[in-house]
Amino acid sequence: MNQRPITEDDLHAYVDQALEPERRAEVASYLDDHPDVASRVAAFVTQGEQLRGALASIAEEPLPAELNLSHILESRKRRPLRAWGAIAAMLLLGIGGLGGWTMRSVLQDGPSGLSALAQEAAYTYGVYAPDRVRPVEIRASDSAELVQWASNRLKQPVKVPDLSVSGYRLMGGRVVATSHGPAAMFMYDDDHGDRLVVLTRPMSGRNQDTPMMPQSTGDVAGFAWADGGLGYTLVGQLPTDTLRPIANEIRKQARPI
Amino acid sequence: MKDMLVQVEPLIPALRRYARALMRDRAAADDLVQDCLERAVSRWHQRRDGSVRAWLFTILHNLAVTQFRQATARGRHMPIDDAGEQELVSAAAQEQRLTYQDVLSKLAKLPDEQRTVLLLVAVEDLSYADAAAVLNVPIGTVMSRLSRARERLQQEVDGVAPGNVVALRSLK
Repeated sequence: MNQRPITEDDLHAYVDQALEPERRAEVASYLDDHPDVASRVAAFVTQGEQLRGALASIAEEPLPAELNLSHILESRKRRPLRAWGAIAAMLLLGIGGLGGWTMRSVLQDGPSGLSALAQEAAYTYGVYAPDRVRPVEIRASDSAELVQWASNRLKQPVKVPDLSVSGYRLMGGRVVATSHGPAAMFMYDDDHGDRLVVLTRPMSGRNQDTPMMPQSTGDVAGFAWADGGLGYTLVGQLPTDTLRPIANEIRKQARPI
Repeated sequence: MKDMLVQVEPLIPALRRYARALMRDRAAADDLVQDCLERAVSRWHQRRDGSVRAWLFTILHNLAVTQFRQATARGRHMPIDDAGEQELVSAAAQEQRLTYQDVLSKLAKLPDEQRTVLLLVAVEDLSYADAAAVLNVPIGTVMSRLSRARERLQQEVDGVAPGNVVALRSLK
């Protein structure tokens, strides 16, 4: 008969009564033939009995009140005030943090508000303008949908400038993320394939009306201004002199009537 | 929470026994169990399927290990004879009591990792798999620690003649 060899693990499992009946019988017959091992196993069994005996009385002691589970459950129910206190503290911390964050944007948005916008436009240009497959999410043919989407996200009516007099056609646009919330991006191109990006988003605080200023980030240049709470920027990889009349045209069209 | 009461309450005596065998101090052990029960109540809904018994022993064991580490860091060592064995065996008969005291002081000489596995398997009757879960080690490690624990305890038992124990005790 090919019996698996008896292992140390088998001996312990025998002591702990963790063996399948068949294996248990094999170990038992092995122990019959090996009295040395059998006495060791018997000693382990005795150890267990003594340990259980020595500790048994602890489990029979009446439970003190602190270990009464019903009391513990009850005292938890009576503690919601503490939980609310913790939540309130967290909210206060949150408000403090949020306040700081808001102040930060107000502080940074001061005179540099337009440069922030121009920088966002440059980043947007850098990501989408070189994209040959899908530079815009919504094409010019669906510009009504684009206007609606952008107006919803910016929470104010957005107009798409018409640059055809300058030789640029609307390709389409999308809503993009900026560090100041959603902004609407419109992209244009001309017959040479040169692309321009107009980025617009609401401005905060005192930057609601700001004269047009030239801006540049890396090799992307343009102009930024704010009218009636909306900031605008036109950017492209073209000389400033070429961009200025286009920016003026956009400003004229976008200005609230 | 009703099912919690039904499933946890019957296990509290065993938790106390394990805690006291580890801590060897009634008040400290019961504090540990209380801590364990409070955690169990607040985490009841986070527990995964499986043995509630193993889950509770895991919480308790981790609390005990944390205590041991803190005690070690403070350099505090609890001498075996100060451990209040009176409380451990108050109901036992005098003669048997000496045997019990003896086995407990020998158990106390084992390294923590051997003592815990022996208590979980031999006293608390946890399966090897549950003990492995409580100790967060593979079953193979449980088996090797269990083997070492039993050998070591037996060496302690064999090393001292039974009469000596009584003599040492009566000197106190």
